[in-house]
Amino acid sequence: MKKYIDQGKNDTRSGYGAGMTELGRTNPNVVALCADLVGSLKIQTFIDENPERFFQVGIAEANMMGIAAGLTIGGKIPFTGTFANFSTGRVYDQIRQSIAYSDKNVKICASHAGLTLGEDGATHQILEDIGLMKMLPGMTVINPCDYNQTKAATIAIAEHHGPVYLRFGRPKVANFTPVDQKFEIGKALMLNEGTDVTIVATGHLVWEALIAAETLENQGISAEVINIHTIKPLDDEAILKSVKKTGCIVTAEEHNYLGGLGESVARVLSTQHPTPQEFVATNDTFGESGTPEQLMEKYGLNNKAIVEAVLSVLKRK
Amino acid sequence: MTDREMKLKSVYLRKSLLKYIYKAKAGHTGGSLSCTDILNVLYNRVLNVDPKNFKNPDRDRYIQSKGHCVEALFVTLANRGFFPESDLETLCQYQSHYIGHPTKKVNGVEQNTGALGHGLPICVGEAIAAKLDNKTHRVFTLLGDGELPEGSNWEAFLSAYHYKLDNLYAILDYNKQQITGSNEEVMNTGSVRDKLETFGWSVKEVDGHDLKELEAALNNGPFETGKPNFIVAHTVKGKGVSYMEGNIKWHHGVPSQEEYELAQSELTEAEAEI
Ligand SMILES: Cc1ncc(C[n+]2csc(CCOP(=O)(O)OP(=O)(O)O)c2C)c(N)n1
Ligand SMILES: [Mg+2]
Repeated sequence: MKKYIDQGKNDTRSGYGAGMTELGRTNPNVVALCADLVGSLKIQTFIDENPERFFQVGIAEANMMGIAAGLTIGGKIPFTGTFANFSTGRVYDQIRQSIAYSDKNVKICASHAGLTLGEDGATHQILEDIGLMKMLPGMTVINPCDYNQTKAATIAIAEHHGPVYLRFGRPKVANFTPVDQKFEIGKALMLNEGTDVTIVATGHLVWEALIAAETLENQGISAEVINIHTIKPLDDEAILKSVKKTGCIVTAEEHNYLGGLGESVARVLSTQHPTPQEFVATNDTFGESGTPEQLMEKYGLNNKAIVEAVLSVLKRK
Repeated sequence: MTDREMKLKSVYLRKSLLKYIYKAKAGHTGGSLSCTDILNVLYNRVLNVDPKNFKNPDRDRYIQSKGHCVEALFVTLANRGFFPESDLETLCQYQSHYIGHPTKKVNGVEQNTGALGHGLPICVGEAIAAKLDNKTHRVFTLLGDGELPEGSNWEAFLSAYHYKLDNLYAILDYNKQQITGSNEEVMNTGSVRDKLETFGWSVKEVDGHDLKELEAALNNGPFETGKPNFIVAHTVKGKGVSYMEGNIKWHHGVPSQEEYELAQSELTEAEAEI
């Protein structure tokens, strides 16, 4: 199996911060907004270097989305920053009407997605945001897997015209994608070729999928691992090509199975190439307090859960 | 309870919330210390609530809109007998009910909060319901000053005025700071008093660490018949621990062992002076 090296644990939100720093230096149209969470979003360097291009809006997320929509008129590229639940659920109508329906070039950048923010518990742990965002016509939805990829995605979305939801997280996780890998929106990345089962994962679950593939290899099972950083538009071709070879699939994400990556994959498969599928995702629940590891274990979102899902989907081949 | 005992209780609550934050290695320290005196007065001098029969429909309602300061709420509830204080040993730990924001799984908690800007609209609903049923209980909420810019608060300010909710009390924990800096730097709200008066509320300003002043304001409403009540409680974020006072680092900061011991000893000194 192809080996991936952790270059040192880091948080994906710091990847966002680093991407913003670079955009601040290279793209004069990029402006940043934040709703009293500068430290959490890691954008202090952008602010220090471009104070005139940063707008603190206070704890008023709905207003932030409206202001961002307005800033686009005339060519600014606004990047909004707050936690994932306040980036989506709280401001859904502002995004729907003023950004998506009006085709505004706003980049909605959301930290602390999923369970892994830990102690703060359920109010902050959104597991529905991918669904909310992917249902909006014209919205691009991206959930990168590590620091390097989040940085690359941040830089890439500035070049893309149209609304984007960029989702990342709080904990320090393995950083294993190449430093200089170009980020192509909508293009799945083949991480490991295999023949028995396809594992498609997004966000923090990609590293877990690689660990699972190693465990499976030791059991004589060859797993193909694909990193789906872009949930919409989905790389249908890559998924179809893989399942035509392997004949079964496991999807893995830090999100509710309702509305997540797994459902998007199921739609592609059911219409074009019906294939047995298992979901590694939360089961229609809110979160709770705990360490990221405890929560990912309890809600079945780690490499062990992926291995189990693979073993059960193989039986349905 | 005597006034002296009330003062001692405030110190006890501060010591206790620091203890559980230190143990959990998580918590909203500065904002919990800034609202400790308000919660002490509410639960021990103002609210008609019974720990043994919390669901009594005639109870006064309290919804903590600034839910992140759950530690102050939990220690106050425990001290008032809603649950054993030792339960808080599990604060913020895996599978504990005592999570990082208020949850109704805990006896005495009226409403799940934590996303800011939700408490006041719910209180408007509760106050309307009380009026509909000709009930005399009162409805209280605690808002953060950083929370104030949420549009939902201003929508609720309008509706509370419109429905003449003089049974509604919104208390502002006016510590003038939030996460990223001072209110003035982050989003300048200008004169809160002027704005609320313009919105048709009756406003009182108090020292939010003066138990007598708080009690006098909270127990003597409505300030004007037919108007909702707004209490601007001037506070200090991190109150009671010298190195935390007014330092935004302590919004979500957890003390080291040395810092923790210093905090406890400062509070012990304060206790001796009461
Ligand atoms: C809607 C929403 N946006 C952002 C947050 C994150 N957050 C938690 S506390 C806080 C600052 C609150 O400041 P303030 O209301 O002044 O509280 P205090 O100073 O009393 O702690 C923020 C931004 C949140 N909980 N809810
Ligand atoms: Mg404040």
